[in-house]
Order: sequence, then C-alpha cells, then structure tokens
Amino acid sequence: MADTHTHIEHSELDHHDDHHNDHGNDQELWDGGKTPFKVSYGKLMMWYFLLSDAFTFAGFLIAYGTLRISMNTWPVPDFVFSTFPGGFHEKPLYFVTLMTFVLLASSFTMVRAVQEGHRENKNGVAVWMFLTILGGLGFIGCQAWEWNTLISKEHMSITRNVFSRTTEAGIYLDENGKPSTIKENTFESGHSYLIHRTHVADGDHGDAHGGDHHGDAQGTGHDHDDHHAGENHGHDHGYEYHYQGPGDQSAIVDKEGFVHRRYQATDGKDAGMIKTEEFGPKAFGALFFFITGFHGFHVASGIAFLIIIMVNVITGLYVERKNGYEMVEKIGLYWHFVDLVWVFVFLVFYLI
Amino acid sequence: MGHSYEESKKTAVKIIIILGIITICEVIFALIGKGHLIEGVTLPGPLIAIVMIVMSLVKAYLIVYEFMHMKYEVPGLVKSVLLPVFLLVWAVIAFFWEGSYWNNSRNGIQERNEEPIEIQQKVDKQEGMLIIEIER
Repeated sequence: MADTHTHIEHSELDHHDDHHNDHGNDQELWDGGKTPFKVSYGKLMMWYFLLSDAFTFAGFLIAYGTLRISMNTWPVPDFVFSTFPGGFHEKPLYFVTLMTFVLLASSFTMVRAVQEGHRENKNGVAVWMFLTILGGLGFIGCQAWEWNTLISKEHMSITRNVFSRTTEAGIYLDENGKPSTIKENTFESGHSYLIHRTHVADGDHGDAHGGDHHGDAQGTGHDHDDHHAGENHGHDHGYEYHYQGPGDQSAIVDKEGFVHRRYQATDGKDAGMIKTEEFGPKAFGALFFFITGFHGFHVASGIAFLIIIMVNVITGLYVERKNGYEMVEKIGLYWHFVDLVWVFVFLVFYLI
Repeated sequence: MGHSYEESKKTAVKIIIILGIITICEVIFALIGKGHLIEGVTLPGPLIAIVMIVMSLVKAYLIVYEFMHMKYEVPGLVKSVLLPVFLLVWAVIAFFWEGSYWNNSRNGIQERNEEPIEIQQKVDKQEGMLIIEIER
C-alpha cells in the first residue's frame, strides 16, 4: 500500500489509519482551540463532578429507602415533620415545603445571574448572585431550625429515634394500669407515636433546654393519633397525655427520663398482652441527620463558593476574560445540582 | 444559544412558576393521600409513591434541561452524564425490591417464631454405649 511507504518516511508519531481520509482535520486538532463536547474543560469537569456527587447521594438515599421498606415500625414522615416556627404543631410538611420554595427561588436568582453574565453585565451578576446567597442562607437557617427542634425539643439523635409506630391496634393504660376509657387513647395498627422525656429524676439535667418540659411529658403535643381516618386533626386536642410521676402506671420511665407509655394490644397474635412503646428504628435518626447534613454541607459550601465568586465579579476579575462570566455559570451548575438533590431528598424523606 | 436576553428572562420565569406549581401539587397530593386534608380519605401507598416520583422526575427534567442548560449541550455530553444516572434507577429498583424482601422475611420469621411446637416424650433404645433420652 502506498500509505505504508509514506508512513515510514514520516515521523513515528504520525497516526496511520487506512480508512482515514481527512488528514487535514488531524492537523487542525493538534493546532488547538478545540474542546471535547464543545465546552470548556472547567464546565465539563463540573458536570462530571456533579455526576459523581449524584452517585454519593443516591447511595445514601438508596440505603434510606431500603431500610425504610424493610421495617414496619419506621416513623411516618408527616407525623415527624409537622412543626412550624411560631409554636405550630400538626402542620405536616408545611415547613419543608417552605424550604423547597426558598431553594427554588435561589435557583431562579442563579439563572438570572448567569443570564446577566452572558450579557457581560457586571452589576447585574453581582446583584443576582447576592440574592442567591441570601436564599441559600435562608435554607440553611431553616434546616438549622428543623434540627434544633428535633434534637433539643424532641430529643432525637443519630442513635436514638423517639418516633415510631405500632404494628397492632391497642388501648393505652390509664394511671391505674387499666385500659383507658377515653376515646383518644384507643388506636389502630400503624399509629404513630413520639416518646417524650421528663426531667430526669436524679437531678441530672437530662433536657438540654430544661424549660421546655415543665415537669411533665406534654412537651410538643405530638401524642395525637394522626392515623385515625376521619378524625378532625384541627380541633381534637381534647385529651393530652401527662405522665404524673412515680406511681403512675400508664408508663414506664427509663433511666434517661424517656416516658414509654404502656398499652394493651387488642388484635394480632399478642392480643390481650400489656406492652410498652419502644424507641423506633435506630437507623432513622442516623440516616436523617447524615443525609440532610450532607446536603446542608453542600449548600453551605455552595454559599462559600458563591461569596468568593461574587467578590471576584465585583472586583472585575472576569471582565477581561470575555467568556460570558463562565465561572458564574459553573458555580450555577453546582447550585442547581444542590437544588436537584433537595428535590429528591424532599421526595424520599417527606413525601412518600 | 440563539435566544435573546428578553426571551431567556421570560423562559426562566415561566419555568420557575411551573416548578412552584408542581411542588404545591406534590405536597397537596401527599397530604390528601395520607388523610390530612380531606376527612377520611386516603390513597393507596403505591399510587402516592408513583405520582410523587413522576412529579419529581418532571421537576428534575426542568432543572437539568432548562436551568442547567443541558438542552443546549452537544448530545455526547448529555449522554455521558445522563446514562450513568439512568443506571442508578436500576440500582434504586433493585435495592427497594431487596428491602421489600427483607420486610417479608422479618414478618415470616416472626410468624414462625410464634408457631406452637409439639414436644413429644421420646425415649430411644440403647444404641451402642450411648443412651439418648429426650424428656419433657
């Protein structure tokens, strides 16, 4: 083949391809100025970083979903997440919906910042980035409030899960150890409950914020049965449970001060037996705090990067690059990814 | 991108409004499904799950294709990012199936633990040097 002869004469670094019929393009590629997939290196690598991060989050969410499906006592989300700032209870999912809107709004402001960047509008970029940062800070503030409520007021931790649900129908016992005659103390299978905490008897300050639980287990009023179809959740505060101290046989208090109510099962294989409310699956606490914490960490680091890049924008660093403020676009990709992950965390944790 | 600045602004506003509406629908549907909004009405769990997942996928599509401009990237980039993500869907289905199997196993084992057992009195004949006796 004629090609073979010419190949020997050329440098060994030349490509040799029998089917190659456009040697001209090779030279153009070597001349530079071309990028794979027609995007810059930085942008492409950001996409691939986000892809790898998606795998990490997917791993966490898959672990959560798998464990949740495998356990009948897994807490019900709309029972756990039903507080709202201002002392509101029984407002299921309201607060996390607000958080979702905050993050969506910050995604919108980010899109606007990128659009202003394409116009090389320095001030526009700075303004919209600033609004994005405010949105991010608002989200982090909301998440901090949620964590504080769960940790300080409801005493949830990564090893202790105070939320659970029953796997059988039953009747709570009254202070004499007999099944209660009050209607609200009867429940169906799958009834959600929260284990409250009293002051620890030996004087140790079991409660981080002692003022929240004034000596009884009323606490946050989460005893209410959210699973009675047909019950009017709005007004039925008729009966609130109070643990009345030693001698009250309606519950057992463990050494950390947690009140485990006693009940008599009324159906299933254990019908007639007296049981106590146990803590829920431990994995719930660990998974919730790790996953929302990992996401919150991404939001926080995103805010940090946004601040740095916004400062760079203001000082005019990107003006001479004349690349449409591509750095803003890249951090925009990261920010949208954070919003996207939240869509799925919101879905898996709170909605399903 | 041959879109004008004004068009791009309008598109962004349109998309964010759609995202907001979908979010509200998701939450309302979830609350109705769990029995919080309408007295006595609940929806079956799998139905809630499927509707939620579809709505979230629509949101994900809008965020990735519009906000992150995936719509305007070359097909090679799009595929190199999205194909691994679709493989994740396989992983999710596989693991949730597994979780369901674990649940059934747990319940099955618990049932078997509670089965009454009959223990019979058995006195075996002498075998070699060993006498086997099971008494109850």
